Amino acid sequence: MIAHAIFFYTFSIIAVISAIMVTASKNTVHSVFFLILDFISISCLFIMIGAEFLGMIMLIVYVGAVAVLFLFVVMMLNVAQQKNQWFAGQQSSKHIPIGLIISTLIFFEIIIVIGGWKYKPEIFDINNSISQTSISNTHSLGQILYTDYIHVFQISGMILLVAMVGAIVLTFRQRSGVKRQSYIKQISRERAEGVEVLEVQSNKGVKIDD
Amino acid sequence: MIDIGLGHYLTLGAVIFSIGVIGIFLNRKNIIVILMSIELILLAVNINLVAFSIYLGDLAGQIFTLFILTVAAAEAAIGLAIIVVYFRNSGTIRVEEIDKLKG
Repeated sequence: MIAHAIFFYTFSIIAVISAIMVTASKNTVHSVFFLILDFISISCLFIMIGAEFLGMIMLIVYVGAVAVLFLFVVMMLNVAQQKNQWFAGQQSSKHIPIGLIISTLIFFEIIIVIGGWKYKPEIFDINNSISQTSISNTHSLGQILYTDYIHVFQISGMILLVAMVGAIVLTFRQRSGVKRQSYIKQISRERAEGVEVLEVQSNKGVKIDD
Repeated sequence: MIDIGLGHYLTLGAVIFSIGVIGIFLNRKNIIVILMSIELILLAVNINLVAFSIYLGDLAGQIFTLFILTVAAAEAAIGLAIIVVYFRNSGTIRVEEIDKLKG
């Protein structure tokens, strides 16, 4: 129990500090790295409380895909000239008190809801039905993901397909002045326009490209 | 304090959610940081779902966390593609100067 507490506080403090640094960092590249640190510590928390499949999936999806995507876009776009200023202009400073008020309100609302929550005492007696069984977390997730939630699973696959097609269509750009292979032109080429049979007279030769 | 329960995880989720909201409001620098704040908010939601799923012994929360993960990845890809196209057309992604997307 002590180890659980130590690990929880360590990873959650790292997660909260890196989440603050994501929003407060001057350099956008640093923000992306703090986002990666945040995801890693939260996935350690997930693994610690027993959702090891989700923790690993978070590592793969967020750190491996989403964070690299962010990093790629940040480095591709030229945002380096903005890195030395905290906020863009004077007129934006009027958003700061409103933002602080609204987010502290949201935070205290959530805290009031959580703090006023009373659990039925027997709810934690039956709570270990996942960990007491002999099959692992991944196994049990797979057993209900592909049976009870198969339609939602396939819809999420469609969402990924639509996102992929949309991202490609949005960023696709036809450049002018680039030589490309055109299959249609290659296939539809006739013999008559490519080859010409000439009657070559002796000692005269053939004049090409006249 | 030592005995870690459901409330600790919910509090952690609330803190990260609020930091994400603060990031959306305060950050006027560039729009990529706002997208990262949205990722933080989705992460907080995932923490809540996984904590409830573990402590109530119901796997549906983890299933929904998987789907939130899917939608978050798709949303990040589409959002970054829109940002790249916008930067290509207008040359800036500073939040104050983005006013071409008004309806």
